[in-house]
Amino acid sequence: MTFGAEFVPLTLPPLVIAVLAALACAAPGNFLLLRGQSMLGDAMSHVVLPGIVTAFLLTGSAAQPVMLAGALAAAAVSSALIEGIRRATGADPGAAMGVTFTAMFALGVLLLETSGAGAVHLDVEHALYGNLEGLIWIDATGWASLADPAALATLPPELPALAIATAAILGALALFWRPLTIATFDEGFANSAGIPTRWISAGVTGLTALAAVAAFSAVGSILTIAMLICPPATARLLTDSLPRQMALSLAIAALSAALGTVIAGYLPLALGLGFSVSASGSIAVLSGIFLGLAATIGPRRRRLAAAP
Amino acid sequence: MVDPTPIPVAETALAVTGLTVSYAALPVVEGINARFPKGTMTAIIGPNGAGKSTLLKAALGLVPAVAGEVRAFGQPVAKAMPRIAYVPQRAAVDWEFPARVIDVVQMGLYRKTGLLGRMTPALKAQAVDCLARLGMADFAQRQIGALSGGQQQRVFLARALAQEADLMILDEPFAGVDAATESAIITVLHALRAEGKTVIAVHHDLATVSAYFDRVLLLNRRVIAEGPTTTTFRRATVAEAYGNTLLTSIPA
Repeated sequence: MTFGAEFVPLTLPPLVIAVLAALACAAPGNFLLLRGQSMLGDAMSHVVLPGIVTAFLLTGSAAQPVMLAGALAAAAVSSALIEGIRRATGADPGAAMGVTFTAMFALGVLLLETSGAGAVHLDVEHALYGNLEGLIWIDATGWASLADPAALATLPPELPALAIATAAILGALALFWRPLTIATFDEGFANSAGIPTRWISAGVTGLTALAAVAAFSAVGSILTIAMLICPPATARLLTDSLPRQMALSLAIAALSAALGTVIAGYLPLALGLGFSVSASGSIAVLSGIFLGLAATIGPRRRRLAAAP
Repeated sequence: MVDPTPIPVAETALAVTGLTVSYAALPVVEGINARFPKGTMTAIIGPNGAGKSTLLKAALGLVPAVAGEVRAFGQPVAKAMPRIAYVPQRAAVDWEFPARVIDVVQMGLYRKTGLLGRMTPALKAQAVDCLARLGMADFAQRQIGALSGGQQQRVFLARALAQEADLMILDEPFAGVDAATESAIITVLHALRAEGKTVIAVHHDLATVSAYFDRVLLLNRRVIAEGPTTTTFRRATVAEAYGNTLLTSIPA
């Protein structure tokens, strides 16, 4: 068996899916970070679970569009809940988010365990770690399959769905870059300059929800959270330019995803170890290591320390 | 409607009528009536918690008002916003934001460039020119987090200049700035007034009111007094605005 015959059906699809999910999450993560809303990503990736379970219970289908609709609905409900709690009690946004997403995630687990949904492909482990390794491309026989329409048609459905979501997220951020940047830096001024900051804010929440939803079923909530925050936080420590921060965060996210998938697939085997590791887990760990490195030896860290 | 001899609409830059703002059912400012004539420079003065910033924000529609009407240049304020530049308090933003000085000034050009509008060479030159008017041209490429408080305030004012507004509203432009910054800012503001522009600023330093401003609005949740500095900025009215705390805090 050649390398391609094994790599293309078994490793390439998870790798591409992981990279797409990482890009989809890291891009809006830059703005979450700068807006002091890192918790929002955490919230969105958790509330997706009850949405998916409810959608499955209502329709009996685990198809991608059904899951996506359920997750988006849950994200919308949680946004409304967070805003409602904040307004009604005057609570800190972080507190409102914390209450909402833990309660909704718990509800999701409860639904999952008490209903029959757990017996199908939905279970708590998949919710946390995703199912990257399961996203294989059975019909692929080697590199040639990439040019074979019949084989391409059997790609895991997560791949095209994620590709579309990632393109939509990156496109929206590029289109609204200027008003988004201004509103993130100075909301009062942005308002006075005619920028609809409420819509911008809702848009950031919406893009985060879309990223979390699109990434969730493939890579799970842990990797979603890690990718929303770690690559942007790493990039933030490496540069003082927002465009460069965005570019760097995407590069770091893609590198973590690609490297993490390959490490999980081949490293334990190469070392002769008897166990395998989760691809999502190794990607998340890698992104954490990158963040740690940037925080300890990054240039910006030194410059700040040297500043008077 | 309150003024017995209404000033012709075209002569009033900003007209506030019956403006009331509440936070959680507690009125912050109540029944504010004020006229800011064109080409004047007004200081809004009052103790902490008097509602000075709130009045400005509500007048611009940045915080919701419970009641009242605000018109700028005879139009509803929302419609006149392109003619108004707002300079928030320096502390309102995170100066660790990844941006250079020139990036912040170029934000003032947003209405000219729009969503997809490109920064033309002419617009870029305009942004640099605004910085130069505040003596900050050499700092264009500097990281905003590396600036002193006074320099940050000057960047904010340069951004407002880039908006080329007819009415400039500033929230504490002199708070915590060095003497060089204060003189640079006042020079620019006086130049704007000389061009016929209107300036409204929240001001804290009672010692400089007479030298800097030609009109004052004394505020303590409601308007205590409003008018030319020479006739309105008097010991009795200022003491009333400050609830006499200025005088009672000093031993007799």
